[in-house]
Amino acid sequence: MSALLRLEGVSRRFGGLAALDSVSLELGRGEILGLIGPNGAGKTTLVNVVTGVHTATSGRVTFEGQDITRLPPHRVARLGLARTWQIVQPFPRMTVAENVAAGALFAGGAADVASALAAARESLGFVNLADLADAPAATLTLARRKRLELARALAMKPRLIMLDEVNAGLNTAEIDEALALIRRIAAEGITIVIIEHLMKVVLGVSTRIAVLHHGRLIADGAPQEVVRDKEVVAAYLGRRYAERGAA
Amino acid sequence: MSGLRDWALLVLGVAVLAALPMVADNYTLRLGTVFCMYAALALSWNVIGGFAGYPSFATAAFFGLGAYTCAILQSAGWPMLPALAAGGALAGLFAAAVGGAILHLRGHYFAIASLALAEVLRELATKLEWLTGGGMGLNLPVPAMELHAQAAFFLHLMLGVAALAGAATLLLRGSRLGFALRCIQQNEDAAGMLGVDTRRAKTLAFAISAIFPGLAGGAYASWTHYIEPPDVFDVLLSVKPLVMVLLGGLGTVFGPVVGAGLLLLFEEAVWRSFLTLHAAVLGVIIVVLVLFLPNGLMDATRRLLGRRGRGAA
Amino acid sequence: MLYLQVAANGLVLGGLYACIAVGFSLVWGVLNVINILHGSFIVLGSYLALFAYQVLGLHPFLAILPVAAALYAVGHATQGLLVNRVIAAPVLMTLTLTFGLDLMLNNTMIVAFTADYRRLNLETPLGVLFLGDVVLPGDRVAAMALALLLTGGLWLLLRGTRLGRAVVAVRMDRDAAALMGVNVPRINAVTFGLGAAMAGAAGVLLALIFPVSPLNSGLFLGKAFTVCVLGGLGSVPGALVGGIALGLIESFGALWLGPEWAITISFMVLIAVLALRPDGLLGRRGYA
Repeated sequence: MSALLRLEGVSRRFGGLAALDSVSLELGRGEILGLIGPNGAGKTTLVNVVTGVHTATSGRVTFEGQDITRLPPHRVARLGLARTWQIVQPFPRMTVAENVAAGALFAGGAADVASALAAARESLGFVNLADLADAPAATLTLARRKRLELARALAMKPRLIMLDEVNAGLNTAEIDEALALIRRIAAEGITIVIIEHLMKVVLGVSTRIAVLHHGRLIADGAPQEVVRDKEVVAAYLGRRYAERGAA
Repeated sequence: MSGLRDWALLVLGVAVLAALPMVADNYTLRLGTVFCMYAALALSWNVIGGFAGYPSFATAAFFGLGAYTCAILQSAGWPMLPALAAGGALAGLFAAAVGGAILHLRGHYFAIASLALAEVLRELATKLEWLTGGGMGLNLPVPAMELHAQAAFFLHLMLGVAALAGAATLLLRGSRLGFALRCIQQNEDAAGMLGVDTRRAKTLAFAISAIFPGLAGGAYASWTHYIEPPDVFDVLLSVKPLVMVLLGGLGTVFGPVVGAGLLLLFEEAVWRSFLTLHAAVLGVIIVVLVLFLPNGLMDATRRLLGRRGRGAA
Repeated sequence: MLYLQVAANGLVLGGLYACIAVGFSLVWGVLNVINILHGSFIVLGSYLALFAYQVLGLHPFLAILPVAAALYAVGHATQGLLVNRVIAAPVLMTLTLTFGLDLMLNNTMIVAFTADYRRLNLETPLGVLFLGDVVLPGDRVAAMALALLLTGGLWLLLRGTRLGRAVVAVRMDRDAAALMGVNVPRINAVTFGLGAAMAGAAGVLLALIFPVSPLNSGLFLGKAFTVCVLGGLGSVPGALVGGIALGLIESFGALWLGPEWAITISFMVLIAVLALRPDGLLGRRGYA
């Protein structure tokens, strides 16, 4: 089976700094890939390069066999690749339903505004926000705004969703809710990349884990193997801790 | 449906203004013509400035371009209406072409680039004497009609331009493009990620916001029979639409029209008594508006009357 | 030799342009406000110099400091009383506000002083300077030297004083500066005042070279815009580089295309530079 998303030697430099350093990664259909790494490891840059916000300095990104390395964000979105943001980005002066309808209209194939609004209600039902459909987006709590972004991404009818720190700032109960939601999205047959800080969360939901450190991919494999990887432990906790653990 | 109600309002307004020559004198017709011109300019600015949120100061560029195109073609023997249409089309094409170059700019940078457009065109109109008559200006053929008929004709012409701008706004509001512009206005980066082709949407909006000022410029030139660069590329032509939209409420459909009426009232009531302080009084209006009524006079009135505003529709 | 003369003229012009732009650039960079009033502040400075010379017999070079002080007061009050109230509003609002204030000030000047062009003719001009084959009027060179001196003075003020560091801190990060105890609204007012003072000083110097009229304010504002865009925003060296670049572009443009094209050229340069720099010159897309 061909990979859904493939990165081949992808690098991205900002000035002299390599935010991504020749990263190669394959993602199969139906996977839930946990993308982890310390702050500044290049996780968000990877999402930005895949979704067309930044263009790779070198290397190639393909989605369903199509080269998307140089496509602008809206073209990538229309191919079926959705994302959420680390810092939520709703349209503040639109209603919740209108926010989600935007995804349905411009990437989800809705024929007109009316059918996009209908599709939006469906996505809102999926994330349990249907009763707030007519509220202005700016009035939602953070946890609900994160669900709004999920609904908006779902309305795009994506085949791949990249979730950037979807749990940041949430409390334990809210995180459990969000995880249940992620599993339900996966059950719909949507492939997921989840960027996450909380190790417990990643281990609980991912089928595979990839670790970035200083822009390089230092580990990629089954969750239980990756967290025992010496280099990964070193990246997170420092070299000395890793050596002591091994002794 | 508020959509149907708005169309009915538009038709009603057009009908009332169209009937004006039957009852009104030439002075009132002149006011009506200026009102229609202001409304067309304000509605057009609202497309790029209100819907898309790009602070454009290019209205004078489009107005002047339309005026000169129409005037030059009429001097070359074209009939008025085709010359007028050519002016509107050229303004739209010009905006689309220039838009590709400056619409990636945000905030102040876009404002300045758009302001500079009118300055460049004004300088060109002054320099290219063989084409535009330079600083001497350009005379247009005077239609062979008696005065009242002429006043009525130009009222109807300008009303036609305003009605087109109003219809375009109504069509835009419910459309895919209108939705895209609202997304861009609120968060352009997020809009791109959701599949909005932001560059195309902004360029279209800029072109739409140019066509009607182009037409209005042509109608103005035909109406006054004489144009010169400082007149039709006047920076106040870029500022007044913005003031009218602020008066009526940003991003609403008929706010700009209400604002056009209010500004005209101010002009007639206040400026006739203070002719030399014309610009200063406009300045005072702007300062008061920005400091005390940032959501527009209409919104303030609504709140004063204790009714809940419906918000930006 | 012609090229040397043209280059020298461009440099003299450029020094004055830097002085015109540096205050505008400071206000834009620190407050994120486009001060449309800047052009009228310059013209006001020119009139004050004109009257100081004609009525009091005060030489323009001596009038610089009092005129700058007067405009500082005007600028400080404008920001403190008016602009600060909408400083957090969208770009459109502050831009529109200063536009409205400019209409008021400019119109008042037209009524008070008429739109006629007036000249400030010194009774004892400084004569002509010969540098090899290059000939330069002494007043112009002195004006340029003073313009550069003032620009350098502003730079020293921003670098070397506590007040200046506070202005720079607000430019870097307004919230962090507030947390560290900087009185941000006051620094806003000081910054706007400094911008106005520089405009006034530039106006005094320009009165020696150009005829004075309120109708010039738009022209000066356009120069300030262009210099900022050319040289980059909110830094004194940027204004200097941009000013000299514009002076040279205009001088050589006038040589090759004819002097009547100078204004058109500078606006074309403005649009071209804006169009070719993706994401504007601030280009804040870098951080993810």
